[in-house]
Amino acid sequence: MTETKTMTCILCPRGCELEVTLENGRFAAVKGNTCARGKGYAQDETTHPVRTLTTTVRMTNGGLLPVKTSKPLPKELLFRAMEEVNRLMAPADTEIGTVLLADLLGTGADVVATADGGGEA
Amino acid sequence: MSDKLSNKTALVIIGGGPAGMGAALAAHAAGERDILILERGGALGGILQQCIHSGFGVHRFGEELTGPEYAHRDAARVAALHIPVRLNTMVTAIDPDKTVHAVNPTDGAFTVQANAVILAMGCRERPMGALGIAGDRPAGIFTAGTAQKYVNTKGCMPGREVVILGSGDIGLIMARRMTLEGATVKAVCELLPYSGGLARNIQQCLRDFDIPLLLSHTVTRVHRDRAGGRLSGVSITEVDADRRPIPGTEGEIPCDTLLLSCGLIPENELTQLAGIPLDSSTGGAAVDQDRMTAVPGIFACGNVLHVHDLVDYVSEEAAIAGRAAVAYLTAGADAAGSDRPAVEIRCEGGVRYTVPQRLSAAKDVTLYFRVDKVYRNAAVSVYDGDRLLASVKKVKMVPAEMERVSLKGEALKRLSGTTLVVKLEGRS
Amino acid sequence: MFDVAVVGAGVTGGMVARELTRQGLAVCLLEKESDVAMGASRANSGIVHAGYDALPGTLKATLNVRGAAMMEQVASELGVSFRRCGSLVVGFDEADRQTLRRLYERGLTNGVSGLELLSRQAVHDKEPNLTEEVCEALWVPTGAIICPYGLTIAAIGNAMDNGAELLTGFAVSALEKTPEGWQLQGADGRQVTARAVVNCAGLYADEVARMAGDHSFTIRARRGEYLMLDRACGGLVNHTVFMTPSERGKGVLVTPTAHGNLLVGPSSEDIDDKGDTATTAAGLAAVKSKASRSVRGIPFHRVITSFSGLRAVGSSGDFIINMPLPGFVNCAGIESPGLTAAPAIALYVAELLRAAGYPLSPRTDFVPVRRKNPIFRELTDDEKNRLIREDPRYGRVVCRCETVTEGELVAAIHQHPRPHDMDALKRRTRCGMGRCQGGFCTPLVQEILARETGIPEQAVTKSGRESYLYVGQTK
Repeated sequence: MTETKTMTCILCPRGCELEVTLENGRFAAVKGNTCARGKGYAQDETTHPVRTLTTTVRMTNGGLLPVKTSKPLPKELLFRAMEEVNRLMAPADTEIGTVLLADLLGTGADVVATADGGGEA
Repeated sequence: MSDKLSNKTALVIIGGGPAGMGAALAAHAAGERDILILERGGALGGILQQCIHSGFGVHRFGEELTGPEYAHRDAARVAALHIPVRLNTMVTAIDPDKTVHAVNPTDGAFTVQANAVILAMGCRERPMGALGIAGDRPAGIFTAGTAQKYVNTKGCMPGREVVILGSGDIGLIMARRMTLEGATVKAVCELLPYSGGLARNIQQCLRDFDIPLLLSHTVTRVHRDRAGGRLSGVSITEVDADRRPIPGTEGEIPCDTLLLSCGLIPENELTQLAGIPLDSSTGGAAVDQDRMTAVPGIFACGNVLHVHDLVDYVSEEAAIAGRAAVAYLTAGADAAGSDRPAVEIRCEGGVRYTVPQRLSAAKDVTLYFRVDKVYRNAAVSVYDGDRLLASVKKVKMVPAEMERVSLKGEALKRLSGTTLVVKLEGRS
Repeated sequence: MFDVAVVGAGVTGGMVARELTRQGLAVCLLEKESDVAMGASRANSGIVHAGYDALPGTLKATLNVRGAAMMEQVASELGVSFRRCGSLVVGFDEADRQTLRRLYERGLTNGVSGLELLSRQAVHDKEPNLTEEVCEALWVPTGAIICPYGLTIAAIGNAMDNGAELLTGFAVSALEKTPEGWQLQGADGRQVTARAVVNCAGLYADEVARMAGDHSFTIRARRGEYLMLDRACGGLVNHTVFMTPSERGKGVLVTPTAHGNLLVGPSSEDIDDKGDTATTAAGLAAVKSKASRSVRGIPFHRVITSFSGLRAVGSSGDFIINMPLPGFVNCAGIESPGLTAAPAIALYVAELLRAAGYPLSPRTDFVPVRRKNPIFRELTDDEKNRLIREDPRYGRVVCRCETVTEGELVAAIHQHPRPHDMDALKRRTRCGMGRCQGGFCTPLVQEILARETGIPEQAVTKSGRESYLYVGQTK
């Protein structure tokens, strides 16, 4: 059975509107993507949607450090990931790019600082 | 960085966000060293510091960065090049003769006589009071950016049961952020029949979390819990094509928080003090291709000039202003005037504005513009009288996305008049 | 035990408290809200009326004219901005012309000076932005504008500096006659005893009177909605522009404010719910259309906020200032021209008490001048730098729109009457009243308020009770 789905690619701000063809529920083809990554997105989205998580982590000096996951997580793990990340405490002198937690929830994604903590150790 | 503040500086830049940093870096690359960035916050980066989500830098760096990461790229270079910066410094006035008045706790109230000034003050959000929503004045009503500042820089939750008015990107991003931090976002209301935000944000901020997007809806009233004083709910209604409430469609949504994402306003109070005329369509200064305002030697770039969608283009524009400021400084004030009369750019039928608003030189230039409605299979064309100079055709153009059309210097050398018309054609 | 308990910390109660303190009495001011000036005193037109409007022979007329004569001096003592910009009462047709003539005569009878009826050309010369429909006007050179909540705060602060006490969060729930005077019961269990009571309880003055045993009047709420426009629009009119009044009131006016904004309003609507301070779509629309009849080109797209004030309308139609019971003075039904009359009402109340045998005697040590904290944006650079050298907090601009510094916020937090919430601090400093309406400064102000008062940041409210700014931490 062939069906088509439309979806918005979220990989970049362009947000191409994709038309995805499924054969028996499986990804078959995609139209509307401006780049090759869009095809990958359509495939992932039909089989196993993933999302990059950006959030903040408390620092030892009371401040807040912005963080992101080094790669997208399975969409259904987002709230559990938030709970994990909310338990972290980062040193005030953390540098941008530092891995604060490796292999979040066994996904292979790291939690990475996206700014300097700016404080003293 | 020199610690001593001079009362004369060649180039003063107001604002240390991506626009100000971009202009400073471009000016430095063009050979200027006597630069001073005045920033009111405690660090460089501007609004990017609280934009912890990703989506920045795809065009400029070829990779998707978060706001702080994008800011860091520029801030680190500013520091490495020792470009002078004064933080925690509020500029209170700019005179037409380019005297900049500022104040901070350590230097006190001081003035700097600049030879060139670049305005990069960014924009503010339209507040509740300007929306004409009836009701009382309870706690729990925030503009989306203020809520974002609370959540992302202080770690405070503005509320738990949220309604968002306005489907621009800031509202959409906050819908996701609040949800991830444990709040329930009950709805995003949008006055127009289409969203003002990026399509990707509708997906990753609303659909991902089953947050309803109510198009052609608005909030008509807010309710205050009398005992406590906080918001207890909002009244919403559907509106017609003329944005008037449709009787019978009223509803109530109980909530303790209302986030407003109803427009950004370029922050031009200082610009006006300097005697610079604004373009009422952009809310920012009217500028030429070098981003120079009507006052020779005062330039503007970034959101203070016109509200941008992508920071990559802010950086691009800032570089234009930074380079042009150095050219102005090098050439001296007398050489500022061109022997060619300025060319005005007029917008017609569907084109809401262009930046620049005029041209003072016949060189390659990109006109940035926005349309006033959604148009499909339309073209935006630039005419010199009857002669078509350039055209850009797109399957879809929307007000929320800034577009561009480029003109060749050669074509500008042979204009028949002093006005170019930018207009929409062939729409459906 | 106090000599006098004043119920209600609006402009009337504030002025009364100050005057009675000056007259040597020990005064306690009781206020049910979390701050002073929370009723009509913070939501009115801010006009110091010349006195042509009130019916001759009424208390309104007498006390209006007396208060108007006192106000400039009072404002100067209290450090409150006062601007005598003059008023124009404009008319559109023959009926209005007749009314204007009547007002002119009435003004003369009431003792108002400088009144002049202006022809069409003269009016338009004086006020270029009036509509073509305006054909005549009454020119009132003595009309002025003042900040009404600023006046209230300063009067109470001055009274407190001279020894008066203020109890907020004290809602009087019962009044009991005692041998020495009265016992006032608070809803939260607190009690105050005083030899005399002055009832300045605004919308609830009839309820307080009933608690004492006086059932002679009622108070109804009359809602007035306003639009406040950006300071950049403050120069649209040079004077306060009134419409010709009707029995419902003075009508919609367009006026510059003491802070330089443009204020448009009020509407006039009797409502049953004394606690309903909400604005309405219909009310705001009515204000816009009525104002547009007098002044052209009002830039309504530059509205920065709107609000609603409830006037306390007394059943007698005049101010109700009497002593119906021993030691119980009413100061009720203080609708327009209540703000203007307030200093004179205070003298009148003092006289009532003196005549009843209370020991009033002016104190030689009363300091009528209230310390005025520096207003950064009004200083020269030299003055700014002297200030910043002493206290670097004056070098940190927190409210960008109104150029308010941390130093000013700190000074206001530590001056009587002390603010305990964000709106209270806003009323004392202008911080958050600018075009961005606190979008930029709110988190910064909250930190400063928490730090200076010792209130935990999370417990800081917008305007008392449970109006918390945020509800918890994200992690």
